[in-house]
Amino acid sequence: MNEIVIALAIGVLAGAGTWLLLRPRTFQVVIGLSLLSNAVNLFIFSMGRLRVGAAPIVDGSMPVDPAQYADPLPQALVLTAIVISFAMTALLVVVLLVARGLAGTDHVDGRGADEA
Amino acid sequence: MSGWQQHLPIIPVVLPLVFAATLLVIDEQRRIWKRSVSLLGLLLLLASALALLRDADAGIPLVYRLGGWPAPFGIVLVGDRLAALMVLLASLLGLAAYLFSCARWDRAGPRFHCLLHALLMGVNGAFLTGDLFNLFVFFEVLLAASYGLALHGSGRARVQASLHYIIVNLVASLLFLVGVSLIYGMTGTLNMAELSVQVPLVAAADQPLLLAAAALLGMAFLIKAGIWPLCFWLPRSYATACAPAAALFAILTKVGIYAVLRLWLLFFGGAAGGDGSFGRDWLVVLGLATLAFGALGVFGTRDLSKFAAFSLISSCGTLLAAIGAAQVGVSTAALYYLLASTLGVSALFLLVEVIERSRAPDADIRAITEETYGSFESEGFEEVGVAIPATWALLGISFIVCMLLLAGLPPMPGFIGKLALLDALLGLPVVGPSTWVLLTLLMLSGLATVIAASRIGVRIFWAAEQTLSVRISRGEVMAILFLLGMAFVLVLQAGRIMQYLEAAAQSLHAPVSYLEGVLP
Repeated sequence: MNEIVIALAIGVLAGAGTWLLLRPRTFQVVIGLSLLSNAVNLFIFSMGRLRVGAAPIVDGSMPVDPAQYADPLPQALVLTAIVISFAMTALLVVVLLVARGLAGTDHVDGRGADEA
Repeated sequence: MSGWQQHLPIIPVVLPLVFAATLLVIDEQRRIWKRSVSLLGLLLLLASALALLRDADAGIPLVYRLGGWPAPFGIVLVGDRLAALMVLLASLLGLAAYLFSCARWDRAGPRFHCLLHALLMGVNGAFLTGDLFNLFVFFEVLLAASYGLALHGSGRARVQASLHYIIVNLVASLLFLVGVSLIYGMTGTLNMAELSVQVPLVAAADQPLLLAAAALLGMAFLIKAGIWPLCFWLPRSYATACAPAAALFAILTKVGIYAVLRLWLLFFGGAAGGDGSFGRDWLVVLGLATLAFGALGVFGTRDLSKFAAFSLISSCGTLLAAIGAAQVGVSTAALYYLLASTLGVSALFLLVEVIERSRAPDADIRAITEETYGSFESEGFEEVGVAIPATWALLGISFIVCMLLLAGLPPMPGFIGKLALLDALLGLPVVGPSTWVLLTLLMLSGLATVIAASRIGVRIFWAAEQTLSVRISRGEVMAILFLLGMAFVLVLQAGRIMQYLEAAAQSLHAPVSYLEGVLP
């Protein structure tokens, strides 16, 4: 059941993100990229296999059975990916604000609304 | 190895980071300070790249384990022959961009030198890393810096082009992440050497998923490399970027090519037990299409900076098609061509900016009008001899040298690169139809470059009385001559460089020492 829920979540996010990415307005593109990066983050997370109630940090005081623990690496990867995509989105928002100011339109090609 | 020498592989990454941070805190008004610190950083980087090159040439890759963790668990940096050479190339381009930027461009916006060092850090890290996720991180570092450099100087055209550039690269990064995490899910490791061991062991049922992951990764790299049909963003954003940034960007496409070359051969080459057939046809076909697209672009454009950008695309196409042959000899020639074409395109980007700046604003329109209607200058004006300013003559000669290099004519290294490529391709046991297409396209793209270059050159350098205000500073001349001088070094030392490259290509195709170095 878990698998279906998370697969659907990734699919919906990625689908909506892709559709928005192909729209002509810069704002839609930014939201699309954010949705896509969330889909990718969930995907990275699920690559460590889905576990419920398993800690990713090994308790060194007793003998370790790896089967009792969740894979910590994808969690570390996803953290890095979140930070990077957050920073890049912030940068993109600044650039598109500048582009809006310079071109006077929020079309990705800088064309007016009538031509779009 | 003892003392600081054991830290050699990480120095090209840490050094630019330290200097980027230092440059950030120096006030923008203190230009002399900024420039001195930046120059010091670049010279130290060059020295460390040379030291790395010398040590890597001993044949055993230098492996640096961060934190002392053993290989498949910790992160490693690997300085082998190819990585060391690419780091050297990056630092040479960095130095040229620095020299050029000091004349005017570093004043066009804030923090140019800081971004320059950040970009070099990302590029060097991407060349040296032995870990797939680290490769992603370094890609992001170099991309973030390149966004800043692409926007340097601002202006509507630059911002528009950068917007496309950023969006395309963000999507490529997402593909990269999906590929990396799928590979981790299939194999349970991200260490490149360990992956080379693990990839053949993946269960048959999981093979399609693994190949899909590899294809996604390849897509991410090929977008960076500017492959057709994913390269339509490239001419505009490189042509609008300020000249020193564009000159540096010439190496960014090579980072993509380097990643394809290294990972493809590690995962699917002979060492991994594969026959290397996965994706080979795609590489060749897409490389050929890119080469054709670049050649057409070179032929069709009237804009000098776009001309440079399209030459970059066609050189990338040549490289990818050659890599697809997956033979040591061809790879050696391709690496030589990579060095030559990167230097050439880089010099051209710098040259173009100087030329465009020196021309009268309406010179283009006038030249076209005169082609159609003849000269509309007043009759009866007799010119007795033509006085060409020395600097303009110098620019003209540099332009010719650049063109000879890019078209692959003697005596420039482009010729040696193309000749070696043709020779290696014809020496293959099986000369298939794709080889003949590549040969034809190589010739035709050279011809297209020559025709387009003479057309543009005649219009710029031989046009009447428009060129009397050449504004070029000593630093800019030095930067261009430096890059072209390096190209001449490639010719003069061709024998030794070829030997080095052959050794590099051999260890790429049979990465025994790489694997043994990383996984003892």
